[in-house]
Amino acid sequence: MNSLVLLMLLPIIGSIAVAATPKTKEVLSKQVALATSVIVAIATIAMAMNFQRDNVDLQFVEKYSWIPTFGINFSVGVDGLALVLILMSTILAPIVVLSGWNEAHGGRWSVKTFYILILVLETMMIGVFAATDVFLFYVIFEAMLIPVYFLIGGYGTGERSAAAVKFLIYSLFGGLLMLASIIALYVMSGAQGGHTFDLQALSQLEMSSTTQNFLFLGFFIAFAIKAPLWPLHTWLPDAAASATPGTSVLLLGVLDKVGTFGMIRYCLTLFPEASKTFTPLIMVLAVISIVYGAILAIGQKDLKRLIAFTSISHFGFITMGIFAMTSQGHSGATLYMFNHGFSTAALFIVGGWMIARRGSSTIADFGGLQRVTPVMAWSFFLAGMSSLALPGLSSFVSEFLVLVGTFTRYPVHAVIATFGIVLAALYILIPVQKALHGPTTPSNEGLSDLNLREKVAIAPVMAIIIALGFYPSPLLNVINPASAHVIAQMGFTDPAPTNGDK
Amino acid sequence: MEFSSPVLNYTLLSPMLILLGGAIIGVLVEAFMSKALRPFTQLSVTLGSLVLALVQVWRIRNEQSLSAAMGSVVIDGPAVLMQASILIISLISVLLIADAEHFTPLAAALPGSDEERHAMQSGNQVTEVYPLTLFAVAGMMLFPVSSDLITLFVALEVLSLPLYLMAGLSRRRRLASQEAALKYFLLGAFSSAFFLFGAAFLYGYSSSITFTGIRNAVVGGGGNDVFLLIGIAFLSVGLLFKVGAVPFHAWSPDVYQGAPTPVTAFMAAATKVAAFGAMLRIYYTVFANAQWSWSPMLTIIAIITMVFGSLVAIAQRDVKRMLAYSSIAHAGFLLTGVIALNKAGLEASLFYLFAYGITTVGAFAIVTLVRDSAGEVTDLNRWKGLGKRSPWVAIAFATFLLSFAGIPLTSGFIGKFSIFSAAYESGARSVVIAGVLSSAIAAFFYIRVIVLMFFTDPVEDGTSVEIPSSLTSITVIFSIIVTIALGVFPAPVLNFISNLATFIR
Repeated sequence: MNSLVLLMLLPIIGSIAVAATPKTKEVLSKQVALATSVIVAIATIAMAMNFQRDNVDLQFVEKYSWIPTFGINFSVGVDGLALVLILMSTILAPIVVLSGWNEAHGGRWSVKTFYILILVLETMMIGVFAATDVFLFYVIFEAMLIPVYFLIGGYGTGERSAAAVKFLIYSLFGGLLMLASIIALYVMSGAQGGHTFDLQALSQLEMSSTTQNFLFLGFFIAFAIKAPLWPLHTWLPDAAASATPGTSVLLLGVLDKVGTFGMIRYCLTLFPEASKTFTPLIMVLAVISIVYGAILAIGQKDLKRLIAFTSISHFGFITMGIFAMTSQGHSGATLYMFNHGFSTAALFIVGGWMIARRGSSTIADFGGLQRVTPVMAWSFFLAGMSSLALPGLSSFVSEFLVLVGTFTRYPVHAVIATFGIVLAALYILIPVQKALHGPTTPSNEGLSDLNLREKVAIAPVMAIIIALGFYPSPLLNVINPASAHVIAQMGFTDPAPTNGDK
Repeated sequence: MEFSSPVLNYTLLSPMLILLGGAIIGVLVEAFMSKALRPFTQLSVTLGSLVLALVQVWRIRNEQSLSAAMGSVVIDGPAVLMQASILIISLISVLLIADAEHFTPLAAALPGSDEERHAMQSGNQVTEVYPLTLFAVAGMMLFPVSSDLITLFVALEVLSLPLYLMAGLSRRRRLASQEAALKYFLLGAFSSAFFLFGAAFLYGYSSSITFTGIRNAVVGGGGNDVFLLIGIAFLSVGLLFKVGAVPFHAWSPDVYQGAPTPVTAFMAAATKVAAFGAMLRIYYTVFANAQWSWSPMLTIIAIITMVFGSLVAIAQRDVKRMLAYSSIAHAGFLLTGVIALNKAGLEASLFYLFAYGITTVGAFAIVTLVRDSAGEVTDLNRWKGLGKRSPWVAIAFATFLLSFAGIPLTSGFIGKFSIFSAAYESGARSVVIAGVLSSAIAAFFYIRVIVLMFFTDPVEDGTSVEIPSSLTSITVIFSIIVTIALGVFPAPVLNFISNLATFIR
């Protein structure tokens, strides 16, 4: 079954099935949702097996006419980059469902609605990475805000509705700027051989450098809000702190990747010249994000906000890797997107269990968990180590590639970014020490360790983190040709490695 | 002096004639039928005329004629599309008007008088509203197909006068309703005067009252441009007043709030189609060659209108006033379609008008459902927790709001996209940028209502959601289906519009 459209339809069918379950049988809704997401994950893996790694063209291409009046097609297809991200999204979905088995119970609405929203979101997650029509991409990019908005506002904790609104307003604002750019592209395509939204055709457009710069900014600001890049990040900590752990995994793990994915797929492909013009600025913003996110993470008292700030730092690395314009940097950034999905998922999921058991998300409330709940404590430790990119775990490979790729062209940036790694050790080790080690504080004594369901949920995440740490080549083999292709299209060649006696 | 009898093409005029005939039957029903039978008879006559007229419009969809009524009426593709939009919007509005709960039992009685109480007890109904509606619809149908200034003015008055009356018919808050009617009437009279003043100057400029004559004078040049400019300016004031563009919008929040909600729905949706229809025809055909003179003015008005409407809507606490300001903002978006002055702009405007009209009627239909013992509850604070009380009603309203906000997969998004891309194509970039930014502002207040409905807990204050009557349900369900269908599969409608959207001159 090599059809992306069918893959997108599966979760929708699942959500209809969930909608058909009776409201009183909550377990049944969950089981249907879990079954659907597992099937989607297996189907995606099966598709990935059929992917031709050395072929840099789009694969699994499908194209249906949608709104012919405007030259809009429902067209999908994947390259190595998109495939890796779809794979990550569909593997994360069942993990989110299973790990957050009970997290929908505190919501405003029924459990059933929660899983309908999750499954609809899954369809859109596949579609947003698979779309090869700019209009289709935009539609999904905007439409996927709605389920996330209701997931945060309806099932979150604390100031959930304020956080949901902040998230939506930021994203809509960015999206509308992108819409203005898309309209401009559409109009120009009409003047140069017929209205179209086809990504390939649009990348051939002739435009003045001023126009290109403005249109680039329209796209880039939208993606920088999504990713999020300093100084457009302020919505993320609030949203992540209010959302349920599962929603946060999807939000930071998948949705924010649309931002960095979009930078490669749309900013670089459509506006190569403007991308080069803005590279110096973006590199500075990326480095600021790395250091700023890390420093703020150190200062956080709330576990969820801490994880959110670590992500801002990590997205700085990804953006830096993308705009370093070297093939290592690109491959590293893409691999980083994949790995960040799993290491953040591990942190949020295990952190979410800790918070649910303790009834508090303040780090200082925990203490000595290692003695009471060893499995949970070790899981959190491993997740933390992955987040700080310990050698042997998956994030190390990607962070190393990004730094190597950046250093060959931007040594100063790379050196400053390296401090981010040092800071990462601090922001992870401090909560690890406070929460896991030391004497068990009184209110932590009765906490229960992970049950079988939770172990089953976290096991694949841990397996991926460790396996890709030692043996990343299956993924890199898919990513490298795609990255090299993008860099070549941009007209860059990798600088030769320099040695000391140059 | 010799008189020749006028030649009328009855087939092409039949939709309007059917409506006027229905309206006259309605007046006769009022005069001769017993009170008990009137409501049902009037509703049947009204719906029947509207459906018949719609069928007739469908049958003449491929006709084109400049001389349907001695050069005073032009029937072409856009005319058919506008008339069909007006009829469909009117049909679903009439289903709302059929709920007598919204109307005073006796319009002539003083508010709070014994007479009124007596009428209330005897179960009186103002069935006059049906023929008034039909007259207004007939005026709206004529407005965008008029092809001389006199007919245009007559149509303007035929559509406006019944609306002034209908605005004063609200059952609750009678004084506010009467104030709304008076305000609407006085300002409407002013704008009519401006309109006539402009028409007189255009006659002075071209020595003709027909669109063809004025157009030829514009194309030929050589006339006194001062007359032309004054004529365009004042005619525009009259038209901009009807669509509620800033700075001629002052009536709309009060009238929207004071009028009975079904009338507001009808007025907000159908009048916009009619007025923009006429505007499109005039600017696209008559003044097309004088673009230099009106385009900058309309550009500025469009920008001010969208920004002002969106900004002021944020401060509103009343759902009807909020929708009024949102409709002002949408008038600004629609003006970009006029400014575009290309085929894409015409197609986009026609699509937008239809999509927006249907969504508007749907949104007001929901407003009629939220009530307490004293009638409708329009204070937004009391809409808190609506999502918990009646999830389906809240979901429907949220869908309409998302469409207003232009979120993808709703008709509002396709409308916005097509109208902005048309304006961009014509080079009006400043309008597009202002439009995109004010869309971002507007999204804020639409979302705030969604937050109120879904993310806040209900307050126990007697607010409840009425079980919709079957007629109201039809309106809501139809509007929802159209709003989503035009967002997901707009291709058939866009094609249909594209095939017809060419003005004949």
